[in-house]
Amino acid sequence: MSTLATKSLRQASRLCLKQPASASNLLRNSATTRVAGIADQKTVKRGYVSETKKDSAQVNIDTAIRADQKAFFAETGKLPENQIISGTNVNADAMMSPMAGVLQQATVMDEGQRPIYLDMQATTPVDPRVLDAMLPYYTGLYGNSSSRTHAYGWETDKAVETAREHVASLIGADPKEIIFTSGATESNNMSIKGVARFFGRAGKKRHIITSQTEHKCVLDSCRHLQDEGFDVTYLPVQSNGLINMDELEAAIRPDTALVSIMTVNNEIGVIQPIEAIGKLCRSKKVFFHTDGAQAFGKIPMDVNKMNIDLMSLSGHKIYGPKGIGACYVRRRPRVRIDPIISGGGQERGLRSGTLAPALVVGFGEACRIAKEELAYDSKRIKYLSDRLLKGLLSLEHTTQNGDSDSFYPGCVNVSFAYVEGESLLMALKDIALSSGSACTSASLEPSYVLRALGSSDESAHSSIRFGIGRFTTESEIDYVLKAVKERVTFLRELSPLWELVQEGIALDSIEWSQH
Amino acid sequence: MSVVSGVKGETAAQARSLYRQLLRQSDQFAAYNFREYAKRRTRDAFREHKDVQDERQIQELMQKGLKELQSMKRQTVVSQFFQLDRLVVEGGKTGKQGGRRNDIVRQKETGWD
Repeated sequence: MSTLATKSLRQASRLCLKQPASASNLLRNSATTRVAGIADQKTVKRGYVSETKKDSAQVNIDTAIRADQKAFFAETGKLPENQIISGTNVNADAMMSPMAGVLQQATVMDEGQRPIYLDMQATTPVDPRVLDAMLPYYTGLYGNSSSRTHAYGWETDKAVETAREHVASLIGADPKEIIFTSGATESNNMSIKGVARFFGRAGKKRHIITSQTEHKCVLDSCRHLQDEGFDVTYLPVQSNGLINMDELEAAIRPDTALVSIMTVNNEIGVIQPIEAIGKLCRSKKVFFHTDGAQAFGKIPMDVNKMNIDLMSLSGHKIYGPKGIGACYVRRRPRVRIDPIISGGGQERGLRSGTLAPALVVGFGEACRIAKEELAYDSKRIKYLSDRLLKGLLSLEHTTQNGDSDSFYPGCVNVSFAYVEGESLLMALKDIALSSGSACTSASLEPSYVLRALGSSDESAHSSIRFGIGRFTTESEIDYVLKAVKERVTFLRELSPLWELVQEGIALDSIEWSQH
Repeated sequence: MSVVSGVKGETAAQARSLYRQLLRQSDQFAAYNFREYAKRRTRDAFREHKDVQDERQIQELMQKGLKELQSMKRQTVVSQFFQLDRLVVEGGKTGKQGGRRNDIVRQKETGWD
């Protein structure tokens, strides 16, 4: 009895198993061939149940469809997807095998919802080449780079030193002058507080100069030093965002310890005349610190040519990983700083703590790529930026913030008059933008940088920053231009102010009723 | 093809093969921006060096290309493992657009509800 049952089972399963192999034919061949096929199989006298594989029960739809399409193309010389079958609105592709039609829909159905990223000043995506360099240090090479007693330590130490060379060569420094930190904020803190505390200890140099448009971490460090009894001058900037050299010269006093001016502003992208400032500081024997996080790897920087004594660098602004940065500290003439973090004496004792080799290597690789690609990227970003700026400024009542000549093209800050910036940002949900620095994006206060330029509250409120980077494409820029145009027009239509402006009434002349 | 006009014979064939392999591999990036960048960078790099005659420099460039190809092979796999939703520029108008063209800009207003 049992033998009979197994026999019939075998036969049945043999029949079933034959099916998948010819299933691609089954989809479109006539039933007769199928029957014939089965009839053929019946004549096979004896066979064993072949082993069951995961894939034998499945039709490989992709290959089946592709074979269909190829056959159609060979026969008609036309792409099936372009051929509409008359009388229906289905294309030949879907007609030929219904499965193909369904699947094709399915693959395109996952319509994109993810916003376009245009906030490259906040952070940048990690370049795949950088990740490729980092991965070995997360999987196998895990030694502590300070371990001098075994091979694990040596190999990571070697990688760290290579990375240090890459970072140094990008800014024209000596590898020994690079101190790895956790990011530009730490580097800024280290430089400003370090220099001030070291030279302020003797009580002779207790004055620091910075500008009003600096990043929050510089301003806050200065505020802290003020509490410690230091004297801080916050230099105003001109309406184009650049500092006035005469004002700077006048502000330098005999007891000035440090001047801190950022190279490229993170909100408006203006490039300060670093070379001139460096020269002035050197001639006055004042240390010069610059926050180069937004500048290095994007515009050519040379610490010796520009007479920079301290510079803050950050990994994630140049397509490297987050959580790593560096501080350039000049050795000749030596800049002495008081370390904030004390401990095991790593990094010349200026920043103790075990290094993260993977991050350091990633940062180094990002610097190497940035140096190699500097010319190519700048050309590309300039091209995209011009395209974007031209499109945006062709809208009426739009202005660019900051100097229109001396600015980094990857950072375009534009004011749309009579539109509320935050509501425009909400309207542009499909584009990741920011009205200013990421640190202050949670508050609705107008940007202090734009206020320092002398923009009115309204103009500061209505400005938006577009950040263009290595991975931005033309079609993204076109999409953004179209979206911005549509939605700015829409929002303006809603605005009563816009109506008044269209009627030719100057808004200043209106006397708003007081209440 | 104008990408390798400078060299003749075997090297030219190798360079063309490398070019094709790089482009094909670039297409495998799941992330839109990386994919487009890889394709563009490959094309531009080959165009930039198309007139190189010096045998040694050609070899150096080929080595560099091969290194990039290896790295790209690894990174495309990583990229495919961690796929995210597509970008708004990718999908086409309503997602109904068939074939390999993505030229229609999506009209859906995500701005205000």
